[in-house]
Amino acid sequence: MTAMEPPAVDLREPAGWRRSKNQIATTLMVLAFVIVLIPLGFVLFTVIAKGASAISWAFLTGGPIPPNVVPAGIGGMGPAVYGTLVITGLAAVMAVPLGVLGAIYINEYGGRGPLARVVRFMADVMTGVPSIVMGLFIFSIWVLHFGYSGLAGAFALACLMLPVVIRSSEEMLKLVPDPLREASYALGATKSRVTLTVVLPAAIGGIVSGALLAIARAAGETAPLLFTILTVTATNANVFSGANTALSTQIFANATQPFLGAQSRAWGSALTLIAIAFILMIVARIVTARFTRYSR
Amino acid sequence: MSTAAQADPAAPAGSAGPLAHRRPLGDRVFQILAASAGALVLVILALIAISTSQQASSWFSTEGWSIFSVDWNPATNSFGAMAFVYGTVVTAAIAIILSVPVSVGVALLLTEVVPRRWSRPIVTVIDLLAVVPSVVWGLWGILVFAPWLQHIYTSVGSAVNGIPVLGALFGPPVSGASFFTCGLILAFMITPIVTSLSREVIATVPAIDKEGAYALGATRLEMIRGAVWPHSQGGVVGAVMLGLGRAMGETIAAALVIGSSPVITSHLLAAGYSMPAVIANQFGEASGEFRAALIGLGVMLFVITIVVNLIARGVVERSARRQRGA
Repeated sequence: MTAMEPPAVDLREPAGWRRSKNQIATTLMVLAFVIVLIPLGFVLFTVIAKGASAISWAFLTGGPIPPNVVPAGIGGMGPAVYGTLVITGLAAVMAVPLGVLGAIYINEYGGRGPLARVVRFMADVMTGVPSIVMGLFIFSIWVLHFGYSGLAGAFALACLMLPVVIRSSEEMLKLVPDPLREASYALGATKSRVTLTVVLPAAIGGIVSGALLAIARAAGETAPLLFTILTVTATNANVFSGANTALSTQIFANATQPFLGAQSRAWGSALTLIAIAFILMIVARIVTARFTRYSR
Repeated sequence: MSTAAQADPAAPAGSAGPLAHRRPLGDRVFQILAASAGALVLVILALIAISTSQQASSWFSTEGWSIFSVDWNPATNSFGAMAFVYGTVVTAAIAIILSVPVSVGVALLLTEVVPRRWSRPIVTVIDLLAVVPSVVWGLWGILVFAPWLQHIYTSVGSAVNGIPVLGALFGPPVSGASFFTCGLILAFMITPIVTSLSREVIATVPAIDKEGAYALGATRLEMIRGAVWPHSQGGVVGAVMLGLGRAMGETIAAALVIGSSPVITSHLLAAGYSMPAVIANQFGEASGEFRAALIGLGVMLFVITIVVNLIARGVVERSARRQRGA
């Protein structure tokens, strides 16, 4: 039996202009990525170079924040670090449970019903509401009646986080396979029990990591805080009343100052803020890697 | 609602058997709790619209149509918004023009070119870009980037001075903090979102279409143009519009690098102003009519971004539905 000769097909890349065009296109795509790298590298380099010299333990915990004319190295950003952590934390305490509940409604209860579809669509739209509008909103509805406070800032941040948490949690709930739910129903469990003890634990990795990313974004927000917490220089331990301060608003206030001390404090605060956001992002990655059961 | 409907067929027909029992109270309470959390989104959006328009009503009623005038002068109580609307549109347009080719390029690189193990680090870099806070972009922009750009602007400005169109766009006066600087920084900021949304859309192109194109002997570029692009066009347009909405609402970076000068000019390298920027910069010292005008700018911004977002989400949903149907 003689082996059949396979038909000759030319599988090499086409030659000439078509090939060159393809190579040019590929080069342009790689170039696009390089263009993205340049500003990112530039910003990170500057913030680390200028911020690292400003940061010390006293800078992070000491206070009060000195006036603009004071040179670098005196006083600290302690009040702002405290404010950022407490206000963002309070916002997370409000937005994450509500967001997860909303996602549960959309995915487990609402399904394809009209209300769930409207809520899902509007949550998407709400992610596009500018952060400054959230600040004006809380100013109009809360600050005008109850005054400036950390709580008002937390409300504004929570409004920004809520739709993000809803959408990311919903994506994660969607990945939980139906047979898991059906098996629990078959055992006679009620819907709330199935949701809370079967579906939610199955999706918790993704939900937590999505929430952490939302918190990381919120921690850096400035615009919603400007008109809700004001910007003071001493630590206000009571987050529920009285003007407060945060790293982001301090950077904004110091960025336009001609004094080198103020600028140095701004760079130090910027590095602190980026570090907080990066740590949250890394934790989110670890959570995703270790606790995600279902992924796309 | 669906539990009861699902349980019904299991119940013996015509009799209230043990399976047809009423749902326990806790179960119903939880459903109501979840539904109210979902409805909260609608409540908040409605409250934003109502409360801010209420605070701004005196601006709308006293100024009437002159809210669209160019004259903004708190000292004389004239508050026309047009210069800020112009600045918002111009900076967002610059951002989109600069960001879209790069974003779509990276999205294509991620989905069609690099192997999976390389795409992770690239996505990480894009995510890092998204995590840099707006105020840090602004700080870097005003203290490092703008002074550096000033030199470039000066030489570009003197080079094109007198040339018809280029002179009007890039000629003097130039300023380090300007429309163009703001547009550049906004472009950096919206690139992650446009990239990740475009990537999601492009990833839904069926493999069979791509393989078909390759089987016909297409190069990668021809495959992208023939198979990927027709499929993902609508979604990418939606992603770009969402980026546009972001760019228009971006506040703090714009407030720091736009130059704070309420003018309407064709000179892109000159100082300007935008709606969110003026709110952030002037709200602190505002009261009465002035404050109402600033909140009114916020209302306008809210309406514009909501409309842009509604259209964008509509476009994305429609193209997604068409793909599922195809």
